[in-house]
Amino acid sequence: MDSSQLLGITTFTYLFSTLLYVGIFVFKTEKLGIAATVFTALALLIQTAGLALRWVESYQMGIGHAPLTNMYESVVFFAWTIVVLYLAIEWKFKTRVIGTFALPFAFLAMAYASFSTDINKAITPLVPALQSNWLIAHVVTCFIGYAAFAVAAGLGIMYLLKNRFPQETGNGSLLNTLPSLKVIDDIIHKTMVFGFIWLSAGIITGAIWANSAWGTYWSWDPKETWSLITWFLYAITLHARYTRGWGGTRIAWLAVFGFISVIFTYYGVNFLLSGLHSYGSN
Amino acid sequence: MKDNKQIWNFFASVKLALFTLCTLALTSIIGTIIPQHESYSFYVKRYGEGMANFFRILDIPDMYGSWWFLTLLGLLSANLIVCSIDRFPAVWKQIVADQSLLSVARIEKMPFTHTLDGLNSANSGQLESYLQKDGWKTQKNESGQGLIIAGQKGGWTRTGVYIVHASILIIFAGAIVGHFLGFKGSVMIPETKQTAKVYSSETQAPIDLGFEVRCDHFDIEFYDNGMVKEYTSRLTVLEDDKEVLVKDIEVNSPLKYKGITLYQASYEGYRDFIITLKDPATGAEKAFVAPFQQQVKWAEKDILLGVVNAEALRDRVVRMKVWFKAGDNAPATFWLEAQTESASADNGTGYNFSVKQMYATGLQVAKDPGVWLVYLGCFMMMTGLYFAFFMSHRRVWLVLNPDGKKGSLLIAGSTNKNKIGFEKFFSEFTGEITETLQ
Repeated sequence: MDSSQLLGITTFTYLFSTLLYVGIFVFKTEKLGIAATVFTALALLIQTAGLALRWVESYQMGIGHAPLTNMYESVVFFAWTIVVLYLAIEWKFKTRVIGTFALPFAFLAMAYASFSTDINKAITPLVPALQSNWLIAHVVTCFIGYAAFAVAAGLGIMYLLKNRFPQETGNGSLLNTLPSLKVIDDIIHKTMVFGFIWLSAGIITGAIWANSAWGTYWSWDPKETWSLITWFLYAITLHARYTRGWGGTRIAWLAVFGFISVIFTYYGVNFLLSGLHSYGSN
Repeated sequence: MKDNKQIWNFFASVKLALFTLCTLALTSIIGTIIPQHESYSFYVKRYGEGMANFFRILDIPDMYGSWWFLTLLGLLSANLIVCSIDRFPAVWKQIVADQSLLSVARIEKMPFTHTLDGLNSANSGQLESYLQKDGWKTQKNESGQGLIIAGQKGGWTRTGVYIVHASILIIFAGAIVGHFLGFKGSVMIPETKQTAKVYSSETQAPIDLGFEVRCDHFDIEFYDNGMVKEYTSRLTVLEDDKEVLVKDIEVNSPLKYKGITLYQASYEGYRDFIITLKDPATGAEKAFVAPFQQQVKWAEKDILLGVVNAEALRDRVVRMKVWFKAGDNAPATFWLEAQTESASADNGTGYNFSVKQMYATGLQVAKDPGVWLVYLGCFMMMTGLYFAFFMSHRRVWLVLNPDGKKGSLLIAGSTNKNKIGFEKFFSEFTGEITETLQ
């Protein structure tokens, strides 16, 4: 059993988890709920083992480094953080339907990592610029932030759907299984706040790292600039909420827009723009 | 006077903050799409002359340092300062206010209340010491309305937002200090050579370091698959020709000396070689820089030597043929692999040889006396965000005999954040107070 097999299995288990959560939503059977949670936790364990094994394998190849150094590894880690964060939210807010809107992100990330042909899955050694203790701190902080924003966007979509069809109040309506708008709104806000703090930490660790490698903590490279644009977007959202009382649909839309900016920062910049962060593009 | 107030309100407004942040976010995109710091002809070629001129007027080629972008950052700073001055006093009052001076009527209207009755023996000292033991800062006031004991925790966390705002200003201050009192430059130092000057990244003007740096040695290590593993330079710092510091620098591991940091950034390979001769008897070493296929002379020993042939793998020399002639003896030639030493017994010259291709190390050089301010700002930002989002100002009131009702205790509480967490706390709190009184 090697890490790529384990991570390959993870892709399918997350697909199955997604289906289970959709099942709860569609058939409104709470019985499926425990199965979905247990199964997702199991899938997470398999993925964790896969990531750990990949780490070990890199040491066996004599080029040991944390599995966080190229596009493939980062997408896998992204999926991992989304699931960890989702399970934490499920546990904290005692509601499972959110999984219907969060797990698909994890599955799509894993599917992209596994099946895309323009991603290199090999474990490769680290170029000199990446050989730093800041690597783990920087990548982990950024991705916790990204994962939180992914979950917030999923919740945003949930909010907008429920808000779009309020008249379907009959028992037959799917949307009735969703938590109340007020609860969703509250979780969106909390998830965004959480993401904002980790994104700030990610930008800061990146700046400190850049300063120790190149002597500049900020050089307006496209990746840096886009992370700042994303930071501005969430800062705007938080100010609008705290001081102008924005909530509901507006915040839900901002959660979705914010995540588009996150995806562009994470993915778009690597492929569409050139700059210092070219490591991630293969 | 009224105008002044209006200007003040404008700069204190959240509307301005939202406008500035939106404009900064949107305009920042420009510089990620249009390449920065290119020549005028580059923009003409790519976007046409009209656009290139338009870019020049708006400073697009250096947009993050342009007058309008800096104005936006200035506007943000002014907004942060004025808004904080405007709001902080009220927040400070809330932090230091004596909570026990509130009227019973107001306490009764707090979001969380609970009343206990039939407590004829309850005494205030017991309640106050319970609160203090539990970490509450207490205040007490007795009036005709009853005895009020107020407790609060985390009042200072209300400063979180202002710490974050201040942190941004401190980071800006650090950037300004770095801009005016520091420099960024670079320099290429060939192996064995030294320099006291580097060249400004912005203007190419020479900058005096105040000391000299010598590159003793440069080396590239490779992985088995041919990828670069590490660039290493051995640097020696000299002051008045005296060696004061020697360090091997790598990417991510720079050399710091007198506030100036030297980073491994690039390299350049030469068609020259460094031949090192070592006398096996005395251990004495001497190094020569020999251009490819040219003789160099060691006059005092009457020796001529050079590299007559070399084999390269891509741009890296892996094997070199050395030519050596001492006095009137017949010349000796032998092949030598890079990074190996040829023993005197094998090459018959009386010296141990090692030969390497000559490189120049490319150093990024920076002096930034503002960086500690930036780091301080970053630290404050994280602390402030934590206070602002995860910690709350909790207040509780215990009113004994409210409005003259003997044996009655009114328990009230309020929080500025995390109502759900406080609700849970409050039910436990009332339980414990009940227990304390029994």
